[in-house]
Amino acid sequence: MRHSKTLIGLLAFTMAAGASAQTTAITGATAHTMGPQGTIENATIVIEDGRFVSVSAGGAVPAGATTVDASGKIVTPGLFTPVGSLGLVEVGFSAGPLDALQRGDQFTASFDIADAYNPRSTLIAVSRIEGITRAIITPSAGFPDEMGNVGHVLHGLAAMVNLGGGDDSLEQRAIAMMVSLGQGGSGLAGGSRVGPVLVLRNALDEARDYRDHRSEFERGARREYQHSAADLDALQGVLNGDVPLYVDVDRASDIDVLIQLVDEYGLRAIIGSGAEAWMVADKLAAANIPVVLAPQDILPGNFDRLNASRDSAVVLAAAGVKIIFADGQSQTHNARNITQSAGNAVANGLSRDSALRAITLAPAEVFGVADRVGSIEVGKEADVVIWPADPLELTSYPEQVYIKGNAVEMTSRQTLLRDRYLQIDSDKPPAYRK
Amino acid sequence: MNKSIVAIATLALFVTACEQGAGDDEAKPYSSRYQPMASGATLLTGAIVLTGTGERLDGADVLIKDGKIQAVGENLDAGDATVIDASGRWVTPGVIDVHSHLGVYASPGTESHSDGNEMTSPNTAEVWAEHSVWPHDPGFVTALAGGVTSMQILPGSANLFGGRSVTLKNVPGRNVQDMKFPGAPYGLKMACGENPKRVYGSRGQAPSTRMGNVAGYRTAWIKAADYKKKMEAAEGGKGEPPMRDLQLETLAGVLSGEILIHNHCYRGDEMSVMLDIAKEFGYKITAFHHAVEAYKIADLLEESGTCAAMWADWWGFKMEAYDGIRENAALVDLAGACAIIHSDSQVGIQRLNQETAKVIGAAARVGIDIQPEHAIKWITSNPAKALGIDADTGTLEAGKMADVVVWSGSPFSVYTRADQVFVDGALAWDRFDDSVNPVTDFSLGTAAATGGAQ
Repeated sequence: MRHSKTLIGLLAFTMAAGASAQTTAITGATAHTMGPQGTIENATIVIEDGRFVSVSAGGAVPAGATTVDASGKIVTPGLFTPVGSLGLVEVGFSAGPLDALQRGDQFTASFDIADAYNPRSTLIAVSRIEGITRAIITPSAGFPDEMGNVGHVLHGLAAMVNLGGGDDSLEQRAIAMMVSLGQGGSGLAGGSRVGPVLVLRNALDEARDYRDHRSEFERGARREYQHSAADLDALQGVLNGDVPLYVDVDRASDIDVLIQLVDEYGLRAIIGSGAEAWMVADKLAAANIPVVLAPQDILPGNFDRLNASRDSAVVLAAAGVKIIFADGQSQTHNARNITQSAGNAVANGLSRDSALRAITLAPAEVFGVADRVGSIEVGKEADVVIWPADPLELTSYPEQVYIKGNAVEMTSRQTLLRDRYLQIDSDKPPAYRK
Repeated sequence: MNKSIVAIATLALFVTACEQGAGDDEAKPYSSRYQPMASGATLLTGAIVLTGTGERLDGADVLIKDGKIQAVGENLDAGDATVIDASGRWVTPGVIDVHSHLGVYASPGTESHSDGNEMTSPNTAEVWAEHSVWPHDPGFVTALAGGVTSMQILPGSANLFGGRSVTLKNVPGRNVQDMKFPGAPYGLKMACGENPKRVYGSRGQAPSTRMGNVAGYRTAWIKAADYKKKMEAAEGGKGEPPMRDLQLETLAGVLSGEILIHNHCYRGDEMSVMLDIAKEFGYKITAFHHAVEAYKIADLLEESGTCAAMWADWWGFKMEAYDGIRENAALVDLAGACAIIHSDSQVGIQRLNQETAKVIGAAARVGIDIQPEHAIKWITSNPAKALGIDADTGTLEAGKMADVVVWSGSPFSVYTRADQVFVDGALAWDRFDDSVNPVTDFSLGTAAATGGAQ
């Protein structure tokens, strides 16, 4: 009951705050900043115009600021989910388009998922009231459609969004290029895992040739490419290292091949899944390749994952590999469960600080946006969450979430359903309970 | 009842309970050949004990002997038992998953391991999940590491009638008979909604609608009732029995109350219709599985004495799962109905305690206070009831099978792990001693066999 009263109080505040750009000060909490200031007790966090303007222990609240007393509570940066289809899907199976799925040969690298993002998707509120404030939304190859069209080894471009739900939700296009190698890639390119490696090499070679001979190409004096000009344009960022390859790959030997490619072409890469990444941890650390892990998923779902281990996160972190957590089961509808991934990694030996970092600052760093988000630091965009208790505990939940300084309404379609059916003593049919 | 578990009861009282458990006739084909592993006496001392009956005892001991719980209480006499200091740790009954496909959809998930759905006819009540179970599924071991000591393996949900389930003790054996829970009743998997109508509708075959689903169930029950009548008449000396029919035999077993109905059903309105079908043909639905909208009809579940087995938070992966809420199990429980947290997943089964924690947290958000000693029932005694094995396991009451988990802390903390797991009194899993732990044939030579990456 105590919690619900606090919640009502915070909701009242949210409404009062409205959309005005006034100053907010969150006071008294233990703040895990994830920045150079580390953890601050009795923190005063001042937010103005959507950014942190002051972060200090016991600092003064500026005159005219709205004060949110968070004494005895915990404050973290907003949570950052690194993969999935938030805003690209409502219902996953046989109920409308799955906008993340890239299929057929018409588009490959230039398939820009940003154009499909729906900030008003019902999934957005469900996720943000659990503390998720940023998401990487990712195209994927998916399964063949009824016509037998399969996806392409290069699934296209991922984007970063904020979960504020407004028209300004799209933060950055072309934040990563999605690729599948190993068993997942083999099904997209001829049936052997050699196929996706050759496809990727060919795409990069063509993009390089296109870059170096563009004027000849445009005059028609250069050979035909297998990729369209749009795809080759999209690959330029990959070639120059601005856009990392985000590679779905599990088997250690396939990861070795990726490391060679990264070295040869001078690329940046991120490994997604990475069941056997721990076996080549030192090489990944040397090549500065981070890994997106779902640490609960330790079964050999296929032979690429034969050596999946519950200790992956600890071993990778100890070797100096940057790790990020995804949810292991539903990276989209339950993106909120990245806290469970982080908590389980702690249960298996990772430090709490590393685990929290892996769902806040680490993804911001890996996707190249740590200058803007990921930690509570002066100048950064004010994505911040107030928790009554340890954010990694599954019994815990946010009391208030802020995205770019705005207190979000802490409701979702699910809380509305809940509240309707909590009225068990109502005489009215459910549809009349509002 | 609660009080009795803290007293040391006489052994004689519980001999009956044991015999009920060992009800299988070993000469009968397909019967259980499960043998508990050898065990000595063990005394767990000074723990926070959640008994599974709704009680919490702080600083209590649990005495295990001859594979059974001997006593739960303070300052028990160790006698010749091995003493394990469990102070600061939590002890609960073994976790029971009422909905698993381990062995029938085994890892690795190759096509050749796809043995859970006999997707060839909407009614395959004649198939038995146990004839698909591969005992070398590495998922049994990872589930054990999560404290799971018993589970029901079900056929999939493609069909209106998917076939018989089997309840197993989680001690990997050479074959399914070695794992079968002695004396556990069979279940019959039924499925509502999207899956059957999609699978058969897409082939231009019935059912292609929800009303087609219902017609399919009713038609089958009419035939089963007739078969049962003729069988009983023949037993009473009136006429020849009909030719034995595996499909009708299972359905008739439901009508005579020997086989329990486990009904995959998401929507509240559909569950309501299913309850009426049960009324029409005089059988009981033991549990709705998945029951994503159970919170909408919690009062009906309470009235009919039907359990709802639920995920904590799966939602939206298909239309009939769109209204999933994390408070579902809490609202079912609040209405006085039987709430169960299930997995339906080789990953989820490893952490049913964490799934339960999610519900506790969501409920707290709206002022519903659920204590650990109550919540633990959702993954121990309530599933035991739904499987008809509650006389043997599911609580820490004297005389029951010593299926016990020693947790490093509260089972509802994300940081907690199962330190030791006992099945029938034998140490079946020890987080700190890999020499104790099982390795399936499949996992030999992999990281899973050598204790992981470290």
